Amino acid sequence: MNAPMSIQDRGTPRALRERLVVIGNGMAGCRAVEEILARDPDRYAITIFGAEPRVNYNRIMLSPVLAGEKAFDDIVINAAEWYTDNAITLISGDPVAQIDRGTQTVIGKSGRVEPYDKLLIATGSDPFIIPVPGKDLAGVVTFRDLDDVDKMLAAAEAGKAHGGGTAVVIGGGLLGLEAAHGLSLRGMQVTVIHLMPTLMERQLDEAAGWLLKAELERRGQVILTGADTAEIVGKDGHVSAVKLKDGREIAADIVVMAVGIRPATGLAKAAGIEVERGIMVDDHMVTSDPAILAVGECVQHRGTCYGLVAPLWDMCRALADAATWSGATDAPTGYAGSVTSTKLKVSGIDLFSGGDFSGGDGAEDIVMRDAARGIYKRVVVKDNRVVGAVLYGDTADGNWYFDLLKKGDDISDIREALIFGQAFASGGAPLDPNAAVAALANDAEICGCNGVSKGRVVQSILDGACSLDAVRATCKASASCGSCTGLVESLLAITLGDEFAGERAIKTVCKCTSFGHDDVRRLIVEKGLKAIPQVMQELHWSTPDGCASCRPALNYYLLCAWPGEYEDDQKSRFVNERMHANIQKDGTYSVVPRMWGGLTNPRELRAIADVVDKFNAPMVKVTGGQRLDIFGIKKEDLPAVWADLNAAGMVSGHAYGKSLRTVKTCVGSEWCRFGTQDSTGLGVKLEHLTWGSWMPHKFKIAVSGCPRNCAEATIKDFGVICVDSGYELMVGGNGGIKLRGTDLLCKVATEAEAMRICAAFIQLYREQAHYLERTAPWIERVGLDHVKAGLFDDPEAIERLAARFRYSQSFMQDDPWAKRAAGEDSELHQHLAEVRPLMPSAITVETVS
Amino acid sequence: MIGDWLDIGPVGQIAPGNARTLPVRGGAEIAIFHTLDNQFYALVNSCPHKQGPLSQGIVHGNVVTCPLHNWNISLKSGEALGEDKGCVPTIPLRVDAGRIYLLREAVVGGNPSAQAA
Repeated sequence: MNAPMSIQDRGTPRALRERLVVIGNGMAGCRAVEEILARDPDRYAITIFGAEPRVNYNRIMLSPVLAGEKAFDDIVINAAEWYTDNAITLISGDPVAQIDRGTQTVIGKSGRVEPYDKLLIATGSDPFIIPVPGKDLAGVVTFRDLDDVDKMLAAAEAGKAHGGGTAVVIGGGLLGLEAAHGLSLRGMQVTVIHLMPTLMERQLDEAAGWLLKAELERRGQVILTGADTAEIVGKDGHVSAVKLKDGREIAADIVVMAVGIRPATGLAKAAGIEVERGIMVDDHMVTSDPAILAVGECVQHRGTCYGLVAPLWDMCRALADAATWSGATDAPTGYAGSVTSTKLKVSGIDLFSGGDFSGGDGAEDIVMRDAARGIYKRVVVKDNRVVGAVLYGDTADGNWYFDLLKKGDDISDIREALIFGQAFASGGAPLDPNAAVAALANDAEICGCNGVSKGRVVQSILDGACSLDAVRATCKASASCGSCTGLVESLLAITLGDEFAGERAIKTVCKCTSFGHDDVRRLIVEKGLKAIPQVMQELHWSTPDGCASCRPALNYYLLCAWPGEYEDDQKSRFVNERMHANIQKDGTYSVVPRMWGGLTNPRELRAIADVVDKFNAPMVKVTGGQRLDIFGIKKEDLPAVWADLNAAGMVSGHAYGKSLRTVKTCVGSEWCRFGTQDSTGLGVKLEHLTWGSWMPHKFKIAVSGCPRNCAEATIKDFGVICVDSGYELMVGGNGGIKLRGTDLLCKVATEAEAMRICAAFIQLYREQAHYLERTAPWIERVGLDHVKAGLFDDPEAIERLAARFRYSQSFMQDDPWAKRAAGEDSELHQHLAEVRPLMPSAITVETVS
Repeated sequence: MIGDWLDIGPVGQIAPGNARTLPVRGGAEIAIFHTLDNQFYALVNSCPHKQGPLSQGIVHGNVVTCPLHNWNISLKSGEALGEDKGCVPTIPLRVDAGRIYLLREAVVGGNPSAQAA
């Protein structure tokens, strides 16, 4: 295939022209040639070296070829005629082996020598291969050229014999997901392994990444995020499975490695041209050698390497301007870098990302979500200019936002309507979001749940429903899932004008949402919402990833609603719960081991004393909850401290959590001459029942053996006062900022009954209270009668609640200290590295781990 | 930016939504943040309010909430947000080929021996 094509000269005889040699028959190399020909067709005698044995094709369209939506012929950019028509010599299938700058020649692998006056390097990039065992097995492919596509198609074909076959794609970026989509359409069972927690994390935020993952899973792909490949397993020299670092093994007939690309700089580097990550070029795409140009994915321009196609076009224009400049006109301005945008080429998934959506000072997010239609739009505005956009589900306005972004247009006039898109924002309509609602037809549906049209809502308002609650009560609009609340409020504002106060009675969870705690909790259960980004999408959160108020609340609500199913989101927890210790003002931690019912023994006391000595803890203190608190422990020492305490049989005391803290007891009938029951024994049993449970807020229990109440049970969340005839169960006490004595809940005869009611009461509190609401304000808010009704009206209620609590506890009573001591989440405790300036001029960075 | 850059290691060491620390001998400890938007920032690990370790706070958007008293600190500028006033020094950071680099002179800025260089 390396025979040169025939040459037809025209214009300046070829022999008299400058010789331009192009290394790379890809998109950048050929586009650069096209741009040069368009400006000055007679200037150069052009020779193109291509490593692949075929004509130039559109590499970014390989995904549709894999998916069967296009054939190879459809994606050819320049067929053989283009080369002949333009007198270009194409040397395909003979990769360049060396550049000799001294003699200004290029030497092919076949030994062919081609002299140049100007050389253009357009070698593109190479797929990055992760260095794991098995990477060289047959069946491990990349996704870069047509040969790769052929291998994938062959695997899919072979798989048809046994039910489709299995494919693993390593890398959940743009390319990996397109490969996965294609293989899936070809009938393979596809698993995507992605190291980061969010798909396409370079282009998408958490919210859009979640929507994408949910859609791909719905289509039958298995998406494993946060998954690290350990090894590619082979059988008879061919891949058979992929093994993850957590031990999981996924069967694979083919493995596609799509974790990223690296600029192909080998030839340039060997020739002594300046190379960093890419081949260094100036604004005219000239390398450190003035006779050598470079363009495309192989270059580094102003510190940036690009992996998308749009910047290549800009580069090629700048290159051609400079390479054909005669000196008669103004000097070309050159290439100034590109702002990039991305679209995913997966049919049926609309996704757009452009610019910078990391925010910044003064940057503001405008977020619009439409759960019913699966839409998430986020536009980032700074200094009245669009600086970034992420769109999922509806990308019609992607190019418009991107255009505003690139031009840097002042959007202050259209700001209010910006998120609704171009049609609305530049439609000349009054620029007010209410106007969009006003423009809706009378029969347009406002509330999907209850089938209420705009006309009916307006009629209800005209009939006297002047508030949101009144509308909900009359025509039922927004009375179910509440996602149309904003629309109903707009209709109230439009219909009533100034008479509409616009204020909702409910207190929202935080500024990110218009929903209150009760609605959020109810909707999580009703709609079966099981992840934080899903809640934010379905309930129309107005921020991309929430705030320090709503994230911990949602994490708790999900944990409470879906025990055993919901995976705790560590990054949504306050520091104490993440570190399983209490942060102190100097940044060190205090550690409280559990002492059941306040009892301890010599072994535990020795272990605590040893820890104090070994880690130089400056203080040990007896707490109000009858425990020992060890102060001044550094975060990096915590796992070692816990290991020592575990060794003596002690587990986490949860003194740091919105959870059961302690069960305080008095000595009771076993020792005390006044004791009526075994209060210590009951306290120990209650602590074994309740420890480890996450709650809306901290939760304290005490058991006193007689009404003298030495354990101070009447200022606890749940208190037991033992009397001769049984046990008085008290709830809602608090000894904190606002002192509140407990209310008597009921009196029972046996320990077993006391424990059952304790479990039921805790579960009622867990399911109904707002996050960060202690039992005292909760009972003040809902009333003791409400609590009593919830427990006692239905004779089955106690058992149902207690059963739900026990089920939840079956997943919770797992000592978190033991896991950390065994090495889990070690990065939370270790420094990243340490900087040690040894000498004035030398600095070493010591890596930890 | 011109200057020497210190290689702090691969980006994968910090999960999104988390931060990790970099003690500097003779200088102030640095916290390196990885946001949910996949951006990286470096700040002195000390809240301008009462020197709380910002690395231990909840990260949302490009803001960290100090674990001690819930001050919100901008990761980009180090400025306290809202009603609170104060600022913590930031350290220029760049990510290149999957590795994190910090501007050397900013890392050791507070160090007398390094300043003598």
